[in-house]
Amino acid sequence: MPEAKKFLYVNRKAPYGTIYALESLEVVLIGAAFEQDVSLAFLDDGVFQLTRDQNTDEIGVKNFSPTFRALGDYEVTKLFVEKESLEERGLAPSDLQEIMYEDEDDDWEEKPSIHIVSRSEMADIMADQDVVLSF
Amino acid sequence: MSTLHTVNKSPFGDSAFNSCLEHCKPGDGILLIEDAVYGAVAGSAVAAKVEARAGDVGIYVLDGDAKARGLAAGKLIKQVKPVGYDGFVDLVAEHDRTQSWL
Repeated sequence: MPEAKKFLYVNRKAPYGTIYALESLEVVLIGAAFEQDVSLAFLDDGVFQLTRDQNTDEIGVKNFSPTFRALGDYEVTKLFVEKESLEERGLAPSDLQEIMYEDEDDDWEEKPSIHIVSRSEMADIMADQDVVLSF
Repeated sequence: MSTLHTVNKSPFGDSAFNSCLEHCKPGDGILLIEDAVYGAVAGSAVAAKVEARAGDVGIYVLDGDAKARGLAAGKLIKQVKPVGYDGFVDLVAEHDRTQSWL
């Protein structure tokens, strides 16, 4: 098999005002079947996708935020969230839901999938990819 | 290794171009297409930030999109290079990856 390529999914939109966020998650789940080296980036309004306590009962659309917690089962375990984007929006890391995965290389220990990174670290992550898909 | 960034929204109503400017790396290119060509106008509120990055990042506008909006080359920031569709293809080929800022 050829070596896995590095895929980055860039999320810059809030979850319910447009279809981008849901479509991104769908593509990530589909793409997970191809066993590539997948990372997700959340910056600008994209950080709102990961907040706790989302409840869409009264707006008639699916609350897809719990689906992020299933990504670990598809070996999607690197979710990078930009610190400056959180701060600009009055958010702290504790405002985000906990997303864990079981590390098969470390006796299935539970580890966090979310990594808070600076804007310059995010730029480095973007520059280190084979393929960047934007939503 | 370098990236070609494409932006298609006016910087006056959307944060995409600003975010692109803050995440691109020396040696990258930024191609402004569709309404993003307004970001290349000289003397605008974003021009200083564009000029500051133009030293180590190539900044391009798609000529047809600029002309469609009445932006002749003389109205653009002087470091910005107009390219046609053939130049767009060259830019994609010259960089290792393309990242669109939607």
